[in-house]
Amino acid sequence: MTEAARALAAPPQPPLWTLLTPKWRTALARVRQEQSGAGARVLLLALVGFGFWSALFGISYRVLKYFKGVPEIGVLVAAKFLGVILLAFLGVLLLSNIITALSTFFLAKDLDLVVSAPIDWLRFYLAKLAETAVHSSWMVALLAVPIFTAYGMVFEGGWLYPMVVLAAVVPFLLLPAILGSAITLMLVNIFPARRTRDLLSLVAVAAAGGVVLLFRLIRPEQLARPEGFRNLLDYFTVLRGPTSPLLPSQWAADMVMNWLLLIADPLPIVMLWTTAGALGVVGSALHQRFYLSGFSKAQEGKDTFVRGGGWERALGPFLRRVEPARREFILKDLRLFFRDTTQWSQLILLGVLLAVYVFNIQTLQLCSGERVPVFLVTLIVFLNQGLAGFVLAAIAARFIFPAISLEGRELWLLKSSPLNLEALFWSKYWIGTLPLLGVALVLTVVTNTLLEANAFIMLVSVLTIAYFTLAVSALALGLGALFPQFGTENVAQIPTSFGGLVFMMTSLSLLALILVIEAVPVAAYLRQLSRGETPVVGVEMIAAFGAVMAICVITTLLPLRIGLARIRELEL
Amino acid sequence: MIRLEGLTKQYGRFTAVNQLDLDVPQGELFGFLGPNGAGKTTTLRMIAGILQPTSGTVAIAGEDIHRNPEAAKAKLGFIPDRPYVYEKLTGAEFLRFVAALYGQDGPAVERRLDELLELFELAPWKDELTESYSHGMRQKLLISSALVHRPEVIVVDEPLVGLDPKSARTLKDLLRAFVRKGGTVLMSTHTLEIAEEMCDRVAIIHGGRLIASGTMEEIHRETATEGLTLERLFLRLTGGEVVSELGGILDD
Repeated sequence: MTEAARALAAPPQPPLWTLLTPKWRTALARVRQEQSGAGARVLLLALVGFGFWSALFGISYRVLKYFKGVPEIGVLVAAKFLGVILLAFLGVLLLSNIITALSTFFLAKDLDLVVSAPIDWLRFYLAKLAETAVHSSWMVALLAVPIFTAYGMVFEGGWLYPMVVLAAVVPFLLLPAILGSAITLMLVNIFPARRTRDLLSLVAVAAAGGVVLLFRLIRPEQLARPEGFRNLLDYFTVLRGPTSPLLPSQWAADMVMNWLLLIADPLPIVMLWTTAGALGVVGSALHQRFYLSGFSKAQEGKDTFVRGGGWERALGPFLRRVEPARREFILKDLRLFFRDTTQWSQLILLGVLLAVYVFNIQTLQLCSGERVPVFLVTLIVFLNQGLAGFVLAAIAARFIFPAISLEGRELWLLKSSPLNLEALFWSKYWIGTLPLLGVALVLTVVTNTLLEANAFIMLVSVLTIAYFTLAVSALALGLGALFPQFGTENVAQIPTSFGGLVFMMTSLSLLALILVIEAVPVAAYLRQLSRGETPVVGVEMIAAFGAVMAICVITTLLPLRIGLARIRELEL
Repeated sequence: MIRLEGLTKQYGRFTAVNQLDLDVPQGELFGFLGPNGAGKTTTLRMIAGILQPTSGTVAIAGEDIHRNPEAAKAKLGFIPDRPYVYEKLTGAEFLRFVAALYGQDGPAVERRLDELLELFELAPWKDELTESYSHGMRQKLLISSALVHRPEVIVVDEPLVGLDPKSARTLKDLLRAFVRKGGTVLMSTHTLEIAEEMCDRVAIIHGGRLIASGTMEEIHRETATEGLTLERLFLRLTGGEVVSELGGILDD
């Protein structure tokens, strides 16, 4: 048969939009169900979301307004700031796209249906690329909105500014999607997908380590200390120089800043769009050549290597007294965790992040051996609580939030067994909370010791972080039960789901609330110190710490209760 | 209509399908039998273009599935063993989507999907999300989706699992009618009575190799097993005649 005859034999191709029909219809159906099902939940989400975005906008606006007011260097710092933010976004996007592409291109349950249909390779590629890009980028895009809005308002971007941002953001989001999908494609062709999923975790760890290293090399804190430079010219040189001249994040930042500062330079927009186009062509060519063999291999990998037996031996003596159902449940969770490379390898990432965190604290000038006023130490230690709290919330999002989703469709087994669901839920809570509490206390005590904190602030921060950890674990487990992702093929996607975002926003709001309440007694304490008085424990202090404790107890019990009720209600 | 030549699939060092040759002519209902892990599903997935063979070729209505996938797949309706439907689509939306994958839309598709939903008694749930469907209903929807674009060839993996007796009867009649009208069906099944009742010819695969193929009479003749039921024949050919002592397992 000739090529022309073959072309006639092939059916007409559906438009790209039709291929994406199940995806957008699914999204619409979910929204409709949310609206009809739980009005209060939607209202809560809207409030938390609005509060979070307002806070992000407010902070960005204040910082940029301050930068703008600094003569000469303020604008340069603002531009540099945008470059650094977009560089961080680029790292996150690339990682997220690599992980998501594995699901959308190789592991999704609908692939049998779509691959066995007569769809041409290019349409299939574009549909899956769009799906990957949307899944990976929506959260970054949402976070970027208040930041870009703040830039537009502070630097008076005008009515066309949103169009300019859109023209910069679209290729900025597409580039990591194309590159991430291509990287995954090549990995799957080299390793079977189930192995690739294991490998991806290590890639993620390496890449995250790379991003952290990059940040350390850029040393953004330098910019806040002009006195650290030999002369003003050096400082200007660093400020003027791009953060990463060969990366799309810098092109996007330049494009936006050029518009805001009325600089006529078409190079950034040309670079962004031509690179996206060229990479798109390369990506589609790679897809045409390697996809089918990769998809075929993706169905072949089987992991027969059994890990995690050591836990039984190590914990056996302690768990012997626990009733069999609960003991086996705890051991099952540990086995599943340590047999899934996507899970345990994140511990390496966690270790790297914590090491960098402690290293950063150590490099603060407070630890340089000079005598630093107690006032400053106390202030830094207090603010350090916020940073440690953020790290803990991120860890809870990664490890505790997915706990219920990971039970997956097997939840029927637990629900149909005589196992007490409340006991099950509490087991999950403590399995997640105890290690997190350990990390929290070690982190707080080590960094406070490095900062040479006094007994008062050490006690405040240790108690605060302990309360916060208990609350944040409960929030993670409760919201994880409220927004379960049973259908997910990839555990790394669970924390980046809508529920994951709600959890992060809620826990950061809680953290902010705690810090605001505690700021009152800590400020009073600092005032007494600065006046040379002996600090006394007053009503104000007791009331504030009591309020923090009460809030944390409520935020611990309420989400657990709601989560448990949700699990009881779940109809699988 | 379906021609497999030297079809081989290896997973690492394990050979799931080994040098399989098969020819299913137009207008035939062909049964593909074999014990668990024999390579049936792997073969059917290679025919549907979901798995790439290590070597060998698959042709559907003269079109090579790997050289000219779109033309070959356009003639095929594939029903996998693990039925998946989008849970947040309604039954009608799902069928419309599958028809669109095969380049079909408009009033003809609407009429067709109404016919199919009516046939499988899914019409009352046409506009319900499929997440509310039972296992059997999903299976029936999936079978409808394989028929919605009027394929020339149907490849179906364990079609009757999960169906109620009435739906099973409907499907059997439908597949026979499809074959009478010139269609071709390749059906894998564990249920030997169904194979005996429905199929024009059968092939038995074991350890990835074809060990017998033809009409029941031809297989009996070739294997010198005249007079045996298909079940006894199957067990003898696949080495499953040794029945374990069940009583011991059930005792304390």
